[in-house]
Amino acid sequence: MLYRIEKRSDISKEKSIGIRALAILLALITSGAFIFLLKLNPIDVYLSMLDGAFGSPYRIRETIITAIPLLITSLGLAIAFKMQFWNIGGEGQILMGAFFASFIALNYPDIPKPILLTLMMIAGILGGGLWALIPAFFKAQWGTNETIVTLMLNYIALKWITFLQYGPWRDPDALGFPKVPNFSPNAILPKVFGVHIGWIIALILVVLVYIFMKHSKKGYEIAVLGESENTARYAGINIKKTILVSIFLSGSIAGLAGMIQASAVSKTLAVSVSGGMGFTAIITTWLAALNPIFILVSSILFAALIRSGSFIQTAFGIPSAAASIIQAMILFFFLGSHFFIKYRITRKTSAKIAQGGE
Amino acid sequence: MSTENPYLKMEGLTKTFGKVIANNNVNLQVNKGEVHALLGENGAGKSTLMNMLSGIYTPDSGSIFIGGNNVKFSSPKDAIDAGIGMIHQHFKLVDVFTAKENIILGQKQGGFFTNNKKMGQGIRELSQKYQLDIDPDKKVYDMSVGEKQTLEIFKVLYRGANILILDEPTAVLTPQETTKLFKIIKRMTEQDCAVIFISHKMSEVMEIADRITVLRKGQTIATLDKDKTNPKELTDLMVGKSVDLSIKRIETPKEEIALEVKNLSVLNEEKVQVLKGLNFNIRSGEILGVAGIAGSGQKELCESIAGLYPVHEGEIIFKGENLVGKKPAEIIAKGVTMSFVPEDRLGMGLVASMNIVDNLILKQYQAQKGFLINRKPAIAKAKEIVKRFDIQTPGIYHPIRDLSGGNIQKVLLGRELDSNPELLITAYPVRGLDINTCHKIYDLLNEEKKKGVAILFIAEDLDVLIELCDRIMVIWDGRVSGILDAEKATREEIGLLMVGEKSDKTEGAYAI
Repeated sequence: MLYRIEKRSDISKEKSIGIRALAILLALITSGAFIFLLKLNPIDVYLSMLDGAFGSPYRIRETIITAIPLLITSLGLAIAFKMQFWNIGGEGQILMGAFFASFIALNYPDIPKPILLTLMMIAGILGGGLWALIPAFFKAQWGTNETIVTLMLNYIALKWITFLQYGPWRDPDALGFPKVPNFSPNAILPKVFGVHIGWIIALILVVLVYIFMKHSKKGYEIAVLGESENTARYAGINIKKTILVSIFLSGSIAGLAGMIQASAVSKTLAVSVSGGMGFTAIITTWLAALNPIFILVSSILFAALIRSGSFIQTAFGIPSAAASIIQAMILFFFLGSHFFIKYRITRKTSAKIAQGGE
Repeated sequence: MSTENPYLKMEGLTKTFGKVIANNNVNLQVNKGEVHALLGENGAGKSTLMNMLSGIYTPDSGSIFIGGNNVKFSSPKDAIDAGIGMIHQHFKLVDVFTAKENIILGQKQGGFFTNNKKMGQGIRELSQKYQLDIDPDKKVYDMSVGEKQTLEIFKVLYRGANILILDEPTAVLTPQETTKLFKIIKRMTEQDCAVIFISHKMSEVMEIADRITVLRKGQTIATLDKDKTNPKELTDLMVGKSVDLSIKRIETPKEEIALEVKNLSVLNEEKVQVLKGLNFNIRSGEILGVAGIAGSGQKELCESIAGLYPVHEGEIIFKGENLVGKKPAEIIAKGVTMSFVPEDRLGMGLVASMNIVDNLILKQYQAQKGFLINRKPAIAKAKEIVKRFDIQTPGIYHPIRDLSGGNIQKVLLGRELDSNPELLITAYPVRGLDINTCHKIYDLLNEEKKKGVAILFIAEDLDVLIELCDRIMVIWDGRVSGILDAEKATREEIGLLMVGEKSDKTEGAYAI
């Protein structure tokens, strides 16, 4: 072996940014080769991707609207992941949040807007939180595997919403089309600067989650418990309570995202409110290493990638699968760069002289 | 013994990890039929050296010769093929397998199926040759620590090893088991094996070794014949300066009883009784030592006093109040502190990925008011503790995972002592520490004793227990097998009690 891998003891900010930039460059070159195969000019495609995500005020707004549920759900997941509770039930929690909020919106369409929206938010928070509480309770009580339970609950939530859509909540005026009636105008979130108010809620949540994770007692307990249950017990942390509280929080934030999507984007309850965001958020959360500030960045970038992907589909007439390949390639290289940030590959040389150690 | 043609020769070995040089131009020669002790403080580079020899690490430069041939190991398998067998401190055995199954595990010989008859014969032959007592069909979970170790040794011998590396093999053994192990080692050297023996315990090195190589800060300091040296010289070489090896037992006036444990019994998760009616007390300003084979109930005892283990029966009276049934946080608030240093040093009490400040908060954040944590007092504390205990760290905001084992332990102990406890429970506080730090910790315990703190001190090294403690309680199989006056106690006596033999010199009331 001429080369070997060794762990970096520390890395400067410039260097780590440099490695990431290089990764993206390599991703662009590699997917460039792929675009070339489609008989297109890679540079044109890349420029129009940029154009598609940020090229006009409308497109910027669309990117932000895509980023909002991703960002909020990621913040929720980060809390669970910090405790090493693998909540992959974001989808289900979004849907149940949307369901609870819709229940209020459809049954009390005429109460004044501020009150109705507040009630919907509370309902959304409860919906997502309670849905997440199911796996949390099983985990705390009997140590069940949360990965399986949260994943399975996604499908239950999904089918439940489908059932409502086709059954009890079906809109009789929709000409046979299986959909839930639209919300009343009172149940629609207002817009600020052309984008629904969800973006402000998301930014507030970034700050709140940051403070919660870094400076609150509960956040500290979650971090300790995530690292070692024994240590948590030793320090007198109530383990069951901490699991229940933090997973309720995690799910309730996802549930709030569901309420926002139902109210501001679909303007009704539909299976599409989650739109795979519960899964995509896992990626953005990990990309950001669970840090709320970085989650903000990763969510916006990821949303841009989604928007630009759908833009080039129409602009160049390429199949959606091709756009997905480009997205995946960029993601793959970016994730791969983490390895080079943590480790370095060196040529074998004779040793340098320094202090001894084990 | 000739050193002209050593069987194993390591020349100019260097290994670096990032900026740290773990081994710098290390030389070691081991002859056939000799026990070669490797002596050095923690971080001296013993483990790195042995890991290179057993193929786990590849050296950056330097060469290894076996029987005159230059060998290069790129995996542990290469090393095994070359006849090197390493017996790790933590046994690498599969609990639910029998001895035989563990022995053949990972063996390439034979086809898909195992040939039971042939194997049984091979095992018998080998066990006769080395007089190793082994029951091939016994499951590992039914074995005592000593048996497990014998099996480990057997395993590497079965694979054809003739250079054996024993990494602190006596840490988990009773004095009697140690004697047995030494007999096995002697027999191996009679069969022309070379044995490399790594240990901290000077008395054992002096007993078993033929030659001794001292490592310090990644370099070979000297190789000496045992007959031409003495513990004092070896220690000085290890530490690099002259050290005082004596431990003081300070005299304190007899104070009142701080902790009284009455008929304490606990059940483990399988409802098996692991503490079987313990009775003892500790006075303020007294160090009660606890001796016992690993797994005799030490951990359960510590944890039940700290409120972490459900108590089945009995009382734990601390300053007139029963602690049984109280929550860990309440017990901490009463001035009881428990620090248990497990084998991996991090299992309980510390959070590896967190920095010193956040680890200090662990025991005090609950006393703070409000929703948020105020880190300021902890930051000041961290700086103070780093200075007071001389903790080597790049900074107080550095994850403790990156610190060396000794420094991690100092963080733990620093935090526990800093809380001004009235009852200090400390288990294995010097586990794996170098001599200087050990003595610093004994001094710290004495300081606490002087302040009137009641101390329950669980340790492995019987010599230390005898020198430092006021009384020594020996536990065996979840029972108190005797409580001795440390001043009059002997190693042999404690050793017998550790395996449940009665002694006539114990405090009558507490004997079984």
